[in-house]
Amino acid sequence: MTRKLPATDVVIVGLGWTGSILAHELTGAGLNVVAIERGPWRDTATDFPPAYAQDELRYRIRHDLFLRPEQLTMTFRNNANQTALPIRSWGSFMPPNGVGGGGVHWNAETWRFLPSDFELRTHLVGRYGEKFLPEDMTIQDWGITYDDLEPHYDKFEYLCGTSGKAGNIKGRIEAGGNPFEGARSREYPTPPQKQPYGPTLFAQAAQEMGYKPFPQPSGNLSQAYTNPLGVTIGPCTYCGFCEWFGCGNYSKASPQTTILPALIRRPNFEARTQCEVSKINLDKSGKRATGVTYVDTSGNEWEQPADLVLLCAFQLFNVHLLLHSGIGKPYDPRAGEGVIGRNYSYQVTSSVDAFFDDKIFNPFIASGSIGMCIDEFNGDNFDHGPHGFVGGGYMGAVQTNGRPIQTARTPQATPRWGAEWKKAVAKSYLSSYEAVTHGGCYSYRDVYLDLDPTYTDRFGRKLMRLTFDFHENELKMSTYLTDRLAEVVQKMGPRQLEKHPRRGHYDVTVYQTTHTCGGAIMGVEPKTSALNRYLQSWDVPNLFVMGATAFPQNPGYNPTDTVGALAYWAADAIVNHYLKSPGPLVQI
Amino acid sequence: MVAKEIRLNVNGIGKMAPGGDSAGEGMPGSSRSGPGVRRRELLITTAMTLVFSATSARALVVKGSLPWATNAGTPPTAVHPGPWAYFTPEEGAAIEALVDRLIPPDPQTPGGKDAGCAVFIDRQLAGSFGSAEGLYMHGPFADGTPQQGDQSPLTPAARYRQALAALDKYCRATYSAKSFVQLSDDEKDKVIVGLEKGQVQLEGTSGRTFFEYLLQNTREGFFADPVYGGNRDMVGWKMIGFPGARYDYRDWVERHNERYPLPPVGIAGRPE
Ligand SMILES: Cc1cc2nc3c(=O)[nH]c(=O)nc-3n(C[C@H](O)[C@H](O)[C@H](O)COP(=O)(O)OP(=O)(O)OC[C@H]3O[C@@H](n4cnc5c(N)ncnc54)[C@H](O)[C@@H]3O)c2cc1C
Ligand code: SF4
Repeated sequence: MTRKLPATDVVIVGLGWTGSILAHELTGAGLNVVAIERGPWRDTATDFPPAYAQDELRYRIRHDLFLRPEQLTMTFRNNANQTALPIRSWGSFMPPNGVGGGGVHWNAETWRFLPSDFELRTHLVGRYGEKFLPEDMTIQDWGITYDDLEPHYDKFEYLCGTSGKAGNIKGRIEAGGNPFEGARSREYPTPPQKQPYGPTLFAQAAQEMGYKPFPQPSGNLSQAYTNPLGVTIGPCTYCGFCEWFGCGNYSKASPQTTILPALIRRPNFEARTQCEVSKINLDKSGKRATGVTYVDTSGNEWEQPADLVLLCAFQLFNVHLLLHSGIGKPYDPRAGEGVIGRNYSYQVTSSVDAFFDDKIFNPFIASGSIGMCIDEFNGDNFDHGPHGFVGGGYMGAVQTNGRPIQTARTPQATPRWGAEWKKAVAKSYLSSYEAVTHGGCYSYRDVYLDLDPTYTDRFGRKLMRLTFDFHENELKMSTYLTDRLAEVVQKMGPRQLEKHPRRGHYDVTVYQTTHTCGGAIMGVEPKTSALNRYLQSWDVPNLFVMGATAFPQNPGYNPTDTVGALAYWAADAIVNHYLKSPGPLVQI
Repeated sequence: MVAKEIRLNVNGIGKMAPGGDSAGEGMPGSSRSGPGVRRRELLITTAMTLVFSATSARALVVKGSLPWATNAGTPPTAVHPGPWAYFTPEEGAAIEALVDRLIPPDPQTPGGKDAGCAVFIDRQLAGSFGSAEGLYMHGPFADGTPQQGDQSPLTPAARYRQALAALDKYCRATYSAKSFVQLSDDEKDKVIVGLEKGQVQLEGTSGRTFFEYLLQNTREGFFADPVYGGNRDMVGWKMIGFPGARYDYRDWVERHNERYPLPPVGIAGRPE
């Protein structure tokens, strides 16, 4: 039996990055907000104390902080001719669970997208012509511009205290920053992190080759910082247990270290943890959300009525909930019609390993986002004409960790075990280096999310099915980027160098990033997008959907700066426009 | 790994013991300024509430202030040497012999056996890793493509048991009734190479898959924090120069090309 609770103004599904931001903005506007979170409450001091937070086995290898597949997973296949099978344990990406969401265990690499990324199709067709794009590529413009989003990027970065060096302030190019970035209104809130040996050598080599290296923008803070909400973050100690881990130092920007301490004091805010939303409810017309249904730890079902429903459950679960709740038309790849599940995209990463004789890199002195990068090969920063592909990525020496189970590397020709392996690991650990490319992934007609016909979750709901493979365009891009990266690494003077471009089929067992995107994208018309430019559902105007779900395709950057900026952009539209006259913010 | 088990209870909806209802703790709508008081009250009343506290160690409703409580986290529980927790003595001996060939001893560093890799694997199999806890283990089961990942209905613990029995059978059939432990080092290596390359067929199970598990778990045992029973005296970390669970390198970031001088520490500190 479902028990009905007293109504609230706003119900938020998921208390991660976007849920926290919206809860803060909307309680600030005087609304009563209830946030419902599937996972447990998480606190910096008690959950990740520096006494035992540095545990590679527990967090990196056994995935302690992530969603249990038993609770919810999805099925996967490379193409529609295969039978999708369950992802029984996580590999390629790591879905978050618990208060703080992915903000707890992200690296905090905090990138803005390029201005051209937001008008991608228009830009590329303008420069290269329609025919240059693969026929089945379904990239789209976002319906907003970089300039629309700039103040909101700024707000998110000042919330986080992001450490970095601006490359473009109000159109003026700044030495030492990224000269390709869009104009920012002011400098980063804190200076860049210090750089270890590897990134320093990489930057020297890149500079000599005529590139413009710059420090990666980082939410691992270079110094103590108090944000506009009055919450203080500490300096990062370069512990090297960052990505996949919670920071026990209060040094990584997360909802815990930036928003929740302020939010929780608001009398009009309440969080319910360990409660999983199973459905968004609609009224008879199907055009209005009436609230959500959720299940608590003992299996009791509750209905929480609300005037406004904000879906902040992370890209994958947003799409799953939309599909389940019957909101929007599910995408049909054969007809190329429908919007929910359409334009899924991911990330295409690659690496170059280099082995040196005379260098000590101390790989364990690391942070989630420390590093020196170049952006010459991202987006459309270079002429793609001669290369026959579109897209790109940033690349560089990003020193995230020296945790030995994961990273102890040996040259490829070495046996994987035995005396020779042992010797090679001992020799290589301190003196080898890995540089990486972080490439985009554009969207295609045959790549999508829908409901699986066979496998179910513990509520008996169908699991979501992911149909995805890399396309020729991205594989070409990866080869090209990896070759350029290898040239720079070669200049660092290694004894031996190994290129690992992305090849073959997408493999769900090999970790890349948790930058899954799309599935309910924003755009200019309901035929090809699920959300309008304010992330408001075209079909159900009192429903807004946050997160990378809205990205029509994925540029060559990490998503969260844009996810955070879009959350502020949507919050602004809700507070300043929607509340005054609830209804569609874009008329069609 | 006990830590994970505890965490799973905290995490896992549906893992709740009957009676561990949210009704007392977090009746939705019953706003309360912080759950801490309530939780402590419950903790001291009855044994029943102990079940309760273990399964919902965190508030369900959070309002007004952060739900902070002392020692609310879940540190890992240390593994101690002693009798096998999962393996039979024969299985344990075979694993010791295997890990000692995967990571053989040399004058500088002990091998897998003395580093505790077998103890590590045993304790892992006896715990939540061995039982595939938290993984999606519902059927139908079908062999997928390599890209779709492991689709076995068997838990890692069951797979080790099956593979070790089949390996014993293979060795006895191939090497005049000798078990793996009784083989010469060269013969052992030949068997392992055969497993790795898929040339040694194990009855009822894939030798190659077993090899991959074993290699991964052995490396984990060699490099994981010593608290889990492997990496004894931090031998794996010392071998490569990893300082372990240290937490502050601010003074060292910009000391380029210099060897970090301090010895490793683990979660439980240093042995001496
Ligand atoms: C290991 C890792 C490293 C990363 N590194 C970076 C990086 O360096 N840079 C970067 O830009 N991005 C990074 N990311 C991505 C980043 O974490 C996400 O972009 C960001 O957290 C997304 O914010 P969100 O609000 O959409 O979702 P989240 O912050 O993940 O929050 C979603 C919340 O919703 C909850 N939820 C889901 N379903 C339900 C339901 N049915 N009912 C109730 N609650 C639900 C989840 O438990 C979760 O707490 C990383 C991610 C991972 C996993
Ligand atoms: S690297 Fe820095 S930000 Fe990351 S966990 Fe360690 S101290 Fe925290």
